[in-house]
Amino acid sequence: MRERIECDVAIVGGGIVGGSAALFLRQAGLSVTLLERDWCGAKASGVNFGGVRRQGRPLEQLPLSQRAHAIWGRLPELLGTDAEYIRSGHLKLARSEPDLESLIAYRERSQGFGLGLEIIVGEEFRRRWPALGDRAIGGSLCPEDGHANPRLISPAFARAAAALGAVVREQTPVDRVEKDGDRFVLLSGDALEVRARFLLNTAGAWSWRLAEAFGEPVPLESLHPNMAVTEPLPRFLDVNIGVEGGGVYGRQVPRGNMVVGGGRGFALDADRARPQRDAVLTLMRDAAELFPQLRHAHVIRCWTGVEGYTPDRNPIIGPSRTTPGLFHAFGFSGAGFQIGPGVGQTLAELVTSGETPMPLEAFRIDRFSPTA
Amino acid sequence: MSETLPPVIVGAGPAGIRAAERLVAAGLRPVVVDEAARWGGQIYRQPPDGGFTRPKKALYGFEAGKADAVHRAMAAIRDRVDYRPRTLVWNCEAGALDLLCDGASEALPFSHLILATGATDRVLPFPGWTLPGVFTLGGSQVALKFQGCAVGRRVAFLGTGPLLYLVAYQYLKAGVEVAGVFDTTPFAAQARATAGMLRDAATLAKGLLYVGWLRAHGVPIHNGVRPVRAEGAERVNALVWRDAQGQERRTSCDAVAFGLGLRSETQLADLAGCRFRFDEADRAWLPERDGAGRSSVPGVYLAGDGGGISGADAAELAGERAALALLEDLGRPMDGKRVKELDGRLSRIAAFRRSLSAAFPFPADWADAIADDTMICRCEGVTAGAVREVARSGQAREMNRAKALTRAGMGRCQGRMCSATTAELLSRTLGTSPDGVGRLRAQPPIKPLPVSAGAERREVA
Repeated sequence: MRERIECDVAIVGGGIVGGSAALFLRQAGLSVTLLERDWCGAKASGVNFGGVRRQGRPLEQLPLSQRAHAIWGRLPELLGTDAEYIRSGHLKLARSEPDLESLIAYRERSQGFGLGLEIIVGEEFRRRWPALGDRAIGGSLCPEDGHANPRLISPAFARAAAALGAVVREQTPVDRVEKDGDRFVLLSGDALEVRARFLLNTAGAWSWRLAEAFGEPVPLESLHPNMAVTEPLPRFLDVNIGVEGGGVYGRQVPRGNMVVGGGRGFALDADRARPQRDAVLTLMRDAAELFPQLRHAHVIRCWTGVEGYTPDRNPIIGPSRTTPGLFHAFGFSGAGFQIGPGVGQTLAELVTSGETPMPLEAFRIDRFSPTA
Repeated sequence: MSETLPPVIVGAGPAGIRAAERLVAAGLRPVVVDEAARWGGQIYRQPPDGGFTRPKKALYGFEAGKADAVHRAMAAIRDRVDYRPRTLVWNCEAGALDLLCDGASEALPFSHLILATGATDRVLPFPGWTLPGVFTLGGSQVALKFQGCAVGRRVAFLGTGPLLYLVAYQYLKAGVEVAGVFDTTPFAAQARATAGMLRDAATLAKGLLYVGWLRAHGVPIHNGVRPVRAEGAERVNALVWRDAQGQERRTSCDAVAFGLGLRSETQLADLAGCRFRFDEADRAWLPERDGAGRSSVPGVYLAGDGGGISGADAAELAGERAALALLEDLGRPMDGKRVKELDGRLSRIAAFRRSLSAAFPFPADWADAIADDTMICRCEGVTAGAVREVARSGQAREMNRAKALTRAGMGRCQGRMCSATTAELLSRTLGTSPDGVGRLRAQPPIKPLPVSAGAERREVA
């Protein structure tokens, strides 16, 4: 006997975007069914580095990122937990003059968005971060950026949505989706049929399938960030650290463990990935160079995940170009955690009012098609 | 390419050594990787080189002959194997192992791999189990064998499994006062299971002898016991326990040696891609293996306690059997008579093992009695209540979710010590069978890896 659910909005994918969209849609009074084939927040939303970072994003993302920043400030009220979210500041290091210049240039370009970036060099830089003093000539600090525990945050959005009456179904893969008049029909095996006026495609690295089903093929590539964590160490770092030009990033969590990332893992199959040995060893070497405190520490765990990357590293966000009522939000290219709740809120706006003040032009789904 | 790679054996205990011996006899030069400085594994662990003069008889008791034979077997082939002591295998990826030796990491490619990774104690927490002076049974045995010291002056032995009586006996023989043996198994269950053990009268006799010896020396043996708490401020000074009649009693001691049987070390098999199944007898997920030790991955073999708890004698046989399977898979001539013989003996041991697990059943009700405020994951400081809460609230219905939400199994041991407890708590709270909550996915590194190894890489020639 197949269960049937009729609702206003069906959401495919229970990560931070789908979960937050469900929450904001419930707040607006719409009926929501969220389908997650694994566990909510178990994929990239839950296993990422945990940086909550606006600094360094392409300018076209900053309005959404600022919107998300405001939501991050309200976590306890929205989710009933702060999930280890700390506005510690995000410090992007420059190891050379040209790197410093590009940080300064970014501060100039992003001036109007309210990031409050501070360029700190020389004596003051060494005084504030003595640990980093001889590894970088300076850095750009975004004081209100920070970090959080993704394993707790991402499932919490779906849970909060459920608490407000969203129907959340985990371990429920969507096998078939079609349009029946003005209704989307989603089937999960013989167990469940969901009919909805609106459909949100927030399925992360696997979103291309649903997009393709509605005639919108996208060049989405799966990549796997390589991460490692040490045993707890005495506190030595109060900011989330990035490096201009990339390579390695790191943060120390309240418990004292140092989480570091850099390089790529490899795919086991379409759904699973593993850290890659050379990437792990290179990451350990680079992290120990950047943070001498790690020289005598141990790595206790390495991990990776599956993230969808677009060719221009900007996400795909907004209405489908083929199918009224369908909205996409995926392809965050390794930078979806901070911006996620802002995107969820924007999707809720698009569904409820058909418009949003957020500029989404840069995120059109058809920007990669040959005719675009 | 693969034809030219030497077979690799992980673990130099009874299984690994017998596997190596068989491969050497066939003219191969296997690589033998072992964490310890000297071969022998845990059960036949040798004291450190130099200064230790306790005879094998004192170290291994009845098993001295077997220990000696295993040690000698490895000594005899020492120059015909590529032996890598003090070497941790921290990862398995894409047809190569990652080794850590003397602070440097090195990748070792393999075509054929025998995993003889052994086992560690299975423990479930009880109040006070984190007090100094509370050891695992295996740990207290290692202290005696390897370091020549006892974990206390007056030691209480708590738990179940053959090791319980063996280690108590070994302590008594070493001149340590044994405060008592506190067996969680009701006496009746043991008596019933004894019938099945008659098939292996020698082993049974040994077990009875330990018990007899302990009794003859006035050591109280209590069956059907449950621990209430280990007491003490700086260090344990008493074990409070409930007897079979439900009476609470107190035994003073300055150490507790504790264990509930053993658990297989399976992470390498997991990283190697082996398929797992739930084993009722071991109450654990184990890599699938056929009678010869072949796993689900071609070229990967499992031998000894690392693939399921069968004890040291079975490990020796299984090590040799896996080596024969490997030789057969390489297309080399095989000693069919020897295979038959090994298969026969292994199947007899399997029958005995079933009786043994009936004689020392896992105390399935234990998890229910763990108080919410008892710490169950020491690395991360997670309480039983935290695990129960994520289960009750519907947030976690399987192990990896429980780990993500509570941190249980996220610390230095990566769940090797605490995941049995987490699984019991989850399944009891959710009302599923023990296999219903799945198992933790293995993640590299299998044991903590020094960050400095990143700068100390040996390139494979």
